[in-house]
Amino acid sequence: MFAEATEAATEVALKSGWFLENAWVIPIIPALSFFLIIFFGKRMPKKGSEFGVASMFGALVFAGGAAYQWIQRVNGASEGAFISPVVKTWTWWQNDGFSFGIGQHVDGLTVAILLVVAFISTLVQIYSLEYLRGDRRYTHFFASLTLFSAGMLNMVVAENMIQLILGWEIMGLCSFLLIGHWWEEGANSRAALKAFFTTRTGDIGLLTGTAILFFSANDWTTKNLGVSGFSIRGLSSWALSGDPGHAAITMGAIALFIAAIGKSGQFPLHTWLPDAMAGPTPVSSLLHSSTMVVAGVFLVARLYPVFFKGMDILSGSANFIVVIGGITIVIAALLAFVQTDIKKVLAYSTVSQLGYMMMGLGAGAWLPAVFHIFTHAFFKACLFLGAGSISHSSSHHSFEMKKDMGGLRKFMPITFGTWIISTLALCGVFPFSGFFSKDEIIDNVGHNGYNVFMYVGLAGAFLTAAYMTRATYLTFFGQPRGASAGEHHEEESHDSHAAHDDHADHGHDSHDAHASHGPHESGLLITVPLIILATLALSSGFLNALPFGEKFENFKKWVEPSAEVFNPTGIAYVKGGLGEARVAADAPTDSSVAPDAEVVSDSETVVVEDAYATAAEGEVGPEMLRSTAASGEDTHSEESGHHKSPCGTEAPTQGVCAAPQLNHAPFKWSKAGLSMLIVFAGFLLSLFVCIQLYEKKNKKFVGLTERNKVLGFGYKLLVNKYYLDVLYEKIIVRSIAHPIAAAVYWFNQKVLDGAVNGAGTTAKGIAGWVYRNIDQRVVDGAVNGTGNAAQGAGSALRPVQSGKVNQYGALLFGAAAIGALVLVIVNT
Amino acid sequence: MFVNQFLILAAVLFCIGVYGVIARKNAVLVLMSIELILNSVNINLLAFSMRHGSLDGHTFALYIIAIAAAEVGVGLAMVLLMYRNRRSIDLDELSEMKG
Repeated sequence: MFAEATEAATEVALKSGWFLENAWVIPIIPALSFFLIIFFGKRMPKKGSEFGVASMFGALVFAGGAAYQWIQRVNGASEGAFISPVVKTWTWWQNDGFSFGIGQHVDGLTVAILLVVAFISTLVQIYSLEYLRGDRRYTHFFASLTLFSAGMLNMVVAENMIQLILGWEIMGLCSFLLIGHWWEEGANSRAALKAFFTTRTGDIGLLTGTAILFFSANDWTTKNLGVSGFSIRGLSSWALSGDPGHAAITMGAIALFIAAIGKSGQFPLHTWLPDAMAGPTPVSSLLHSSTMVVAGVFLVARLYPVFFKGMDILSGSANFIVVIGGITIVIAALLAFVQTDIKKVLAYSTVSQLGYMMMGLGAGAWLPAVFHIFTHAFFKACLFLGAGSISHSSSHHSFEMKKDMGGLRKFMPITFGTWIISTLALCGVFPFSGFFSKDEIIDNVGHNGYNVFMYVGLAGAFLTAAYMTRATYLTFFGQPRGASAGEHHEEESHDSHAAHDDHADHGHDSHDAHASHGPHESGLLITVPLIILATLALSSGFLNALPFGEKFENFKKWVEPSAEVFNPTGIAYVKGGLGEARVAADAPTDSSVAPDAEVVSDSETVVVEDAYATAAEGEVGPEMLRSTAASGEDTHSEESGHHKSPCGTEAPTQGVCAAPQLNHAPFKWSKAGLSMLIVFAGFLLSLFVCIQLYEKKNKKFVGLTERNKVLGFGYKLLVNKYYLDVLYEKIIVRSIAHPIAAAVYWFNQKVLDGAVNGAGTTAKGIAGWVYRNIDQRVVDGAVNGTGNAAQGAGSALRPVQSGKVNQYGALLFGAAAIGALVLVIVNT
Repeated sequence: MFVNQFLILAAVLFCIGVYGVIARKNAVLVLMSIELILNSVNINLLAFSMRHGSLDGHTFALYIIAIAAAEVGVGLAMVLLMYRNRRSIDLDELSEMKG
């Protein structure tokens, strides 16, 4: 059966296309645009923003083309077959036998994320045209924004870990630049530093993990796949091959996951993410929907086999990823309740949603987690841009919900409508996109036996509904307050908001004119992106709408890699540049074909012969493998309709795997109904509390936290963010940094300065001696001596030049006579 | 054939020439002394040429005679100019180029 399936796959040659083969161009476009903006942006009529928008649009077109061609490729392949990624590598640099490649690894995951990143980036850039109009560093903003997207796109198409790290670090740098865009405020530059250092803390894990995996995997991947131990496909296959030792792959996976914790704002390194709100709102939107924070989740999804084996996912017991994800969901959702800044509510909401993604990945729900990245990008970007729209047009650059918002639904109907749609999507209400992704995560987590975490997910859904209701209520309902009510900012209130997002100080004067007109709807450049995003927040879920049957499971079909065993030479392998000409794309995988037929180089021939030799011995033939795998599986194999592959559960004996076999929970209305009930309970309870608290000022609720000690303690804990910032900044950083600083100061003063001063004094002494003795006597003496000698010789010889011809003749003949005498003496 | 008579004659002529170059103050006499020196060399060349039975020496002697004629031409022209400018051909008075 297995052999037949692969045979069928090879008969139909996998389709490819120009956009798919050249997906590596996608990150190049914004990267080039970055340089254009930096060098020529200020001289352009639109101050460089045209380059940014055009390049992102170009990237979007290319990504769209690649996505379309990938779908063609999948649809053209036979059912359940392994669809090889479109891989290209060039040698980036070589050193001592190691060559580091750069290239592309395009599969369903890549294509999906590319599309989302390019799409959101384009809309955010369009939005920024209006939002940052007149900003002091308008050109630099667009440059950083474009490079930021380039970094993410590069990371997504990365062929190997080195390229992935490159993109990852570019994003780290750009997030620093963008969060600190208005660095004149101390708070903003502190937030930028915090984001940078916190993610750097995690990045240590990325480097360590990459190194561990490289040294563990390189031998295996070089021998069996002809690729280095950095290669994504090499690492994926290696993880499932049975070759890796448990300790090595576990350490590697943990190290990489620490990087993901830092980047994706997971507990306990989530503290930088809410502070990152100091950046301009479009940055928050891009950062929190599709680029920066998704990078960590993407890393886990990309190298899923490594995490699958390293963390023992699906082994039934809780693992590191699922625990961190679960904790993050709840703590971040709770924190969202005590925020008064609308962007911070959304920031914690993002953290919480990232927790969902991580929890899903940790519990084997790969597809729902990736789908949640996809849908979350749209509605979260929409929410952030909506918040920006409010502050831009109605609340005079304030994000304080309690002080400066309220009752805005009448003034901003478009912002309100898109906000509501996105909120419903975020909460996971039925026809909206969040339902199809978030509910699937919760469902699959339970299905895979992580029951505790299913309840955590449900609790998170409840909390999400509740805090979003609170934020919506405070923003759009009730009476307008503060700036929204048309109150002009007086000097002191102006200053009190300065710490948040007040960029009126920064050359943003054009808004002061219309801000005095009271709340109103934003312009087209802002509302059109909102409407597009809201439409997608509503509709993107139908890409993988499980309740409507298999026809709607397109995302699964297109994105989820097949867990088939395949022959390594089956990888579409197009190598350019310096490498040897090895073209083995879609080579026959039938074991009856002679091994030397499709292999070019000798060393690989040997490898393949080995593989077939073990298969031919018949210890575990493909049929036996099939039967053991099938008998070992439970009834899900019948539900999924096709056979189970051994990938993930045991080492394949013939060929390699690219993805572990995962289960998919069947959709049941009863489960969906339960989560819907919980969400609506959250809505209603939160609405009730909000009305009592903010509208009616009910005595029972107002001031409850001061009266009740337990609630008061909880409130205090939340307001202080679980004291994690205190722990990091006051305890860890101070206890480590301050003694080090003191020691370094002492060392500096005593040792270094002493050494420097001593060296100075010694040098001065030596210099004096040298001056007096060598310079004055020897050198000057020599110089003067030469002059004196010349002068003396001149005056001594002057009489010779008498001008008398006779004397000259006498000298001539005298000299000739002496010469003759010498000649005679020498010759005798 | 004895070479040494020729050599002795040449040496005597040479010494007379050198004496004339060093001791005479008249420019024309100095030129004439130079002619003596050159011709003493010619005698030497011819003597050795005869001794070895080769014509090389004769050839050199002819060259030297030609060069000597040219030299005397240049030298007499200088003397003539000297006389025009100074009305004197006394070499002792020509010491303006002393160092």
